[in-house]
Amino acid sequence: MSSVQIRDVRKSFGNFEVLHGVTIPIEDGEFVVLVGPSGCGKSTLLRMLAGLENITSGTISIGERVVNNVQPKERDIAMVFQNYALYPHMTVADNMGFSLKLRGAKPAEIATGVKRAAEILALTPLLDRYPRQLSGGQRQRVAMGRAIVRDPQVFLFDEPLSNLDAKLRVAMRTEIKELHQRLRTTTVYVTHDQIEAMTMADKIVVMHDGIVEQMGSPLELYDTPANQFVAGFIGSPAMNFLKGNVKVNGAAYFEGPNGVRLPLKSAPANSDGKPAVYGVRPEHFTIADDGAEAEIVVVEPTGSETQVFAKLGGEQVVAVFRERHLFNPGDKVRLKPDPGLVHLFDDANGKRMS
Amino acid sequence: MAVLAEPVAAQVKRSSMWSRAFESRNFLGAMFMVPAIAILVLFLAYPLALGFWLGMTDTKIGGVGRFIGFQNFVSLSRDSVFWLSVFNTIFYTVTASIVKFAIGLYLALLLNERLPFKSMIRAIVLLPFVVPTVLSAIAFWWIYDSQFSIISWVLIKAGLLTRYIEFLGDPWNARWSVVVANIWRGVPFVAITLLAGLQTISPSLYEAANLDGATNWQRFRHITLPMLSPIIAVVMTFSVLMTFTDFQLIYTITRGGPINATHLMATLSFQRAITGGNLGEGAAISNAMIPFLVAAILLSFFGLQRSRWQQGGRD
Repeated sequence: MSSVQIRDVRKSFGNFEVLHGVTIPIEDGEFVVLVGPSGCGKSTLLRMLAGLENITSGTISIGERVVNNVQPKERDIAMVFQNYALYPHMTVADNMGFSLKLRGAKPAEIATGVKRAAEILALTPLLDRYPRQLSGGQRQRVAMGRAIVRDPQVFLFDEPLSNLDAKLRVAMRTEIKELHQRLRTTTVYVTHDQIEAMTMADKIVVMHDGIVEQMGSPLELYDTPANQFVAGFIGSPAMNFLKGNVKVNGAAYFEGPNGVRLPLKSAPANSDGKPAVYGVRPEHFTIADDGAEAEIVVVEPTGSETQVFAKLGGEQVVAVFRERHLFNPGDKVRLKPDPGLVHLFDDANGKRMS
Repeated sequence: MAVLAEPVAAQVKRSSMWSRAFESRNFLGAMFMVPAIAILVLFLAYPLALGFWLGMTDTKIGGVGRFIGFQNFVSLSRDSVFWLSVFNTIFYTVTASIVKFAIGLYLALLLNERLPFKSMIRAIVLLPFVVPTVLSAIAFWWIYDSQFSIISWVLIKAGLLTRYIEFLGDPWNARWSVVVANIWRGVPFVAITLLAGLQTISPSLYEAANLDGATNWQRFRHITLPMLSPIIAVVMTFSVLMTFTDFQLIYTITRGGPINATHLMATLSFQRAITGGNLGEGAAISNAMIPFLVAAILLSFFGLQRSRWQQGGRD
């Protein structure tokens, strides 16, 4: 196990820079999730960490050692690929034991290592099968097994669950987290799925267009997103954004679209009349008599909760309730955001106003 | 009314028979297969059967032969020229195929790397395959000429030799010379086919092997070679069959000479049957190739059987 330091790392393909100076400290044993939309550079960063891509500038160190010019095989890392990259002509056991075999380990030693990893992942009955004969989830586990056998300093995961169906994805999510709790190996995990990030990470790094938007624990990111991008990216359904102005007229409030009045606990200093974006998560709406009037558009019951799409000041917002409201399209309701849990972002640069 | 109704009924009956036939799966299936079967029978089965038959007769050009059983084969078995041609054919096939495989694989691996002017180099590699065989054979004939050979000329000018090499005058020189010509001609096919095979191997396998600690040689040995083995089996079967039955190169460059030293079974068969007029004997020589070819096909058939890792399961 090792810590990993990513310092001001940049990456260009030709003249096109895809990473614009990324710095991420990763502690020993930490589970870090790099999350962001497609093309944000998260996979490229992971591949640079693995040594599969050159580093244009900046440094990456694993433990105390700067690995910029270290060959992938000498970095002591293991990677789980999105398509698993299992060797199709080798059995599960051979796939898992391949790295040990290359290292020149004795057959008995390889067998022990494979057996141990297979037990951890419940792969023992499958050891003689070929990858083609396995289901998606089993292949996924073999890919993880191949990583575990090596007992590396760092585990890298590149969107490992994106080829699985929804149910299996949830199960494997738990399995990976459990595995990390058991092995405590430093892990860097790339995904575009914020739910995976929220559920698994010790630390989430939200990336967007080649920069780090915010870094922090899942709940930190959820409670105090640093900017509008993070606020919109973390949480499902996504946060509602309403444009308008901060007003301090005796008490502070927010004047939303079409003059709709929304509550604020307090206004940031010198923000009277300032154009801003009002952010409120769907789960932070309540129905109250002093709420703002909204018109129901669609109601989507999921059983455990009810998602309500409504027009608030002409803008569509979504609200989530634990109760089973039986609204009809066109009904008028009074939605009230919890003033303690709303977010204000600068309209000009999207930064959080505190 | 009754008079009118009858032909109408008959018409309905006839058309329904046709339409029923065309709606029947079996009939339609048979109809669709007719063109393919006709082509196969006309151009493959019939000539093959005729060849078999001729080999059992003493047919000469211009005469009707009679059935003489295995007499042609019996006389061939005592014919030293025939056995020399068998040896030549095996020597030619084995050496040329091995070298073609080695060079082809090397070129394929090279072309699979990132290279400047890659597509141009690929086109150049294909060139020997594009040139008509007889043309390239004539070029080689000049290269090997006893008086005008460019190789001899260059070596003499460089001071490495004092007299011209007898490329086609000496039996072993001639054998190696035609082998080289065949290799030059056959490498592109092997290289391009293997390159196509290499490109189907997922790059992430190499990345995984890289992270697993594989050296270049280990990546080749444990990833490339096993993943490429089905394609290698196909391409080498083709290569062996084409080399074994080669005719054009030999016939253009040496005509089997000197003193039958480069006669292959195919050229000998042609010489005895067409030039010599003994159609029966020539056919018998051709037929004698069949056991070798069947052996090669069987070998590749078992080699080509999908290995266990390629079978079963779903994707």
